[in-house]
Amino acid sequence: MIEFLAPLDRKLARDLWAIKGQALAIAVVIGCGVGMYLMSKGMLASLADTRAAYYERYRFADVWVPVKRAPSAQLAHITELPGVRRAETRIRAGVILDVEGASAPITGEIQSLPFIRGPHINDFVLRRGRYPDPVREEEVLALEAFADAHNLAPGDHLYAILNGTKKKLTISGIALSPEYVYAISPGEIVPDKKRFGVLWMNRDALANAFDLDGAFNEVVLLTSTGDNQEPLLEQLDRLLKRYGATGAYGRDQQISDQFLTNEIQELETLGRLLPPIFLLVAAFLLNVVIGRLVDTEREQIGLLKAFGYSNSAVALHYLKMIGVITFLGIVVGVALGLWLGHGLARLYMDYFKFPFLLFRAPPEVYLVGIGFCLLVSAAGTFTAVRKVVRLDPAVAMVPPPPPDYSRSGRWLEMLTRWIDQPSRMILRHLYRWPKRAAMSCIGIAMSMGLLIGASFSMDAVMVMVDISFNVIDRQDVTVNFVEPRNIRAVQDVLHAPGAMTAEPFRAIPVVLRNGPRTRREAVIGLAPQPELSRVVDTDLNPVVLPDYGIVLSDKLAELLAIETGDTLRMEVRTGRRPEVDVVVSGIVKTYMGTAAFMDLAEMNRMLRDDMVISGTYLLIDPEQADAFYRALKNTPVVAGVSLQEQAQNAFYDTLQDSLGTFVFFNTLFAGLIAIGVVYNSARISLSERGRELASLRVLGLTRGEVSYILLGELAVLTLLALPLGALLGYLLAWTLVQSFDTELFRIPLIINPSTYGHAALVVLFSAAASGLLVHRRIQRLDLIAVLKTRE
Amino acid sequence: MEPENLPAIRAEGLTKTYGSGESTVHALRGVSLSVPRGEMVVLLGPSGSGKSTLLNILGGLDSPTSGRVFFDHDELTAFDDRHLTQFRREFVGFVFQFYNLIPSLTARENVALVTEIARNPMTPEQALELVGLGKRMDHFPAQLSGGEQQRVAIARAIAKQPRVLLCDEPTGALDSKTGIVVLEAIARVNRELGTTTMVITHNAAIARMADRILSMADGEIQRTETNPAPCAPAELSW
Repeated sequence: MIEFLAPLDRKLARDLWAIKGQALAIAVVIGCGVGMYLMSKGMLASLADTRAAYYERYRFADVWVPVKRAPSAQLAHITELPGVRRAETRIRAGVILDVEGASAPITGEIQSLPFIRGPHINDFVLRRGRYPDPVREEEVLALEAFADAHNLAPGDHLYAILNGTKKKLTISGIALSPEYVYAISPGEIVPDKKRFGVLWMNRDALANAFDLDGAFNEVVLLTSTGDNQEPLLEQLDRLLKRYGATGAYGRDQQISDQFLTNEIQELETLGRLLPPIFLLVAAFLLNVVIGRLVDTEREQIGLLKAFGYSNSAVALHYLKMIGVITFLGIVVGVALGLWLGHGLARLYMDYFKFPFLLFRAPPEVYLVGIGFCLLVSAAGTFTAVRKVVRLDPAVAMVPPPPPDYSRSGRWLEMLTRWIDQPSRMILRHLYRWPKRAAMSCIGIAMSMGLLIGASFSMDAVMVMVDISFNVIDRQDVTVNFVEPRNIRAVQDVLHAPGAMTAEPFRAIPVVLRNGPRTRREAVIGLAPQPELSRVVDTDLNPVVLPDYGIVLSDKLAELLAIETGDTLRMEVRTGRRPEVDVVVSGIVKTYMGTAAFMDLAEMNRMLRDDMVISGTYLLIDPEQADAFYRALKNTPVVAGVSLQEQAQNAFYDTLQDSLGTFVFFNTLFAGLIAIGVVYNSARISLSERGRELASLRVLGLTRGEVSYILLGELAVLTLLALPLGALLGYLLAWTLVQSFDTELFRIPLIINPSTYGHAALVVLFSAAASGLLVHRRIQRLDLIAVLKTRE
Repeated sequence: MEPENLPAIRAEGLTKTYGSGESTVHALRGVSLSVPRGEMVVLLGPSGSGKSTLLNILGGLDSPTSGRVFFDHDELTAFDDRHLTQFRREFVGFVFQFYNLIPSLTARENVALVTEIARNPMTPEQALELVGLGKRMDHFPAQLSGGEQQRVAIARAIAKQPRVLLCDEPTGALDSKTGIVVLEAIARVNRELGTTTMVITHNAAIARMADRILSMADGEIQRTETNPAPCAPAELSW
């Protein structure tokens, strides 16, 4: 095939074949960058598009207004409010579910089905089975993830405690809902399909169970307000105040959408941060390889020009070479991006329950990715191609004089006075080409930085989980009551078998205002010195809750722009609904959510309530856990239970699946970068210094001694790169911590020594592998051929 | 110690072929020779006559297709690569047309590169004095002229006190005046240290400084002449 090409293109083909290893290494690094970009941007677009389409098609609500009990007639007033496009009422309640085979109680939600089928707000997608028969009280739809996790199919039964009454229910169908894309129990951090269930039931049946005939306890709305939702929320709160409205909220506080938004933000960050690193390294590699190739081919370039090839024809020859490598990189990148994207989409489908999620990167993502890649190639090779154009043929055909090492630094000479000649060669070579050495060093360091930046998240999240589960929330079980109850209820719970210690809490919905800043939050009232669910300061020391004012989590304080000692307007949205000014009596550290705390007694005083609580934290005897759970499942007053251990396990599983995969690929990519950089540097050194090394072999130096000169230099660079890589890794981790700072999560900037060590090992191993490849080439160095030619 | 009359290098029926089938190239077609100890031998011949191939085989850089090479009592052709490296390290000094100095090392250090690993070397300073470069020892190759670089290469080759010094077109890249200075250095080493020396050249004028002249063509030694009265390099001209 090669015979059909013009002579210059034949040279191109053969030259490329000769540097195939290096070309491939560069293409792979380019490919990693492009692939990473395609994957994250494509996934971002797919996720955002899918979400938008799903929300649109199934009319995901814009606003939720939970109330205690409002007459159905209120709907008309709500619909009249400006900005309301459509409003629907419903009944929604927390339930404890009991499924055969599951010992621990399951927290769930139950919602009413609309009376008439047809397009509704928060419509569900019926996946299997049928809608409940309107006259069959016991029939329900179940959320697909939950049903699948317990192998529940249409026709199967389960039990639910509805308002204190245990009922046997029959599943008639399995459904998905835009409200539960990320099906997570309130207060948890990762979804646990087994431990959180959602059911939909005929409205009449549910109204009967919760004593809500002719009434509702939640309104969902579609609005036309756009981003400026606050006035409408205020109006809704006012309108439904006397029906016990705890505070209207928009999608930004809808838990499933919150998590989805968080994920999209993370993808955005990764897409912004990581691909440029790869492409930067690729540009550097291209710069080095093409630059040095031009140096070694200067006589050929001169010759071509002397024969009458124009500057542009010769430049084009090298541009084609760069083009082929870049094209190869793009092909690798697109393939990798699609593969990773589809893999990620499958992974996401495990967590985000969409009716469909197809990885489809929009054309502009390809265009931007490829365009950026071409730009990077052009930037990387600009100087080399310019050199080709500027090379004077007469000059080019004279062999270059030996590089001048006479301007060696005095300090270096002092330093190297006592070392052997080969080591001196290494140091002088490094000193003579500092830019080149620095570039290689930075390239290697980047791979290590990337590795640390990717793996540190595992350390940090582990610490975050450890702090959350073992320092802050140390209870085994959290029990939420159906209604706020007197503190005596704690005693009842303690009577259950296995219950050891209990600590009460009360959670109240509030609106917090500081000037124009408004947050709808829940304030948790705790015992002043709680032992189970604790409040800790930034040094993780337990905080004694002051008997006045409110203690805010650092994130909430930041969002409200408020400091300790300042006064905050607090509008309570329950009970007598007092509106009071409270002093911020402290700011504490939290890694999850935006919590606020008060002294429980102070809270009840403020609400002019007796000692009222909404639930209790418990320590239980693990030996008697089953008995305890059995008792709990039959306790009518319990609305929800969360189990720490299972939550923690679910978290670790999720971590392994998602972060683990992420870390694995980044380790792979970082290794590829390290190999790409070290291998290329070594190969080029070998081709540049082949004569020198062959001379040494002739002088009687062994292969090992010769390899030492070439590889020793790379070893020095690799070793220098390690601390630099650690620094880059720290910086990358710092950047990631900053951009992952959201209302849902903050991750601490913690990098385990083992993460540094692991990254260093990957780099050293990659460097050693590349060294070995080059060492084998030194073995094959053709002494005679190298010495006879004048290169 | 070996008897004085044993030749330093002896070769028997050396052949060297490259390639196979129709494209076979016969670089050597049965060369036998014997170089007496301490002699200065010039190997003369046009390019392609096989002289470089012969020199490379005698120096342990290459191996023949058939035939045997003896260095003192040892059969070189029986050595493996490790032994050949060892052999070059201890007994052979090479000088090439293009010097092949290490640019990152000074003249002194280029020589030290060899003396560090040799068994019984002279000091780099002595070696450089011997080639007349005592004053330029701390210069880098880039700061030396071609002739000076070649003399550093000679100093580097002889600093280990090799038994044989093999020079492949040592003056090929130099003008005649500089070339003569280089040849003087080679002659001096041969004379003062008694190093058996082989010089390859296609320049017949140089042959007059040799004790023995081997003329090669087509992979064979066509003629062997002995020169009872070698002249000093200074008397040469071309």
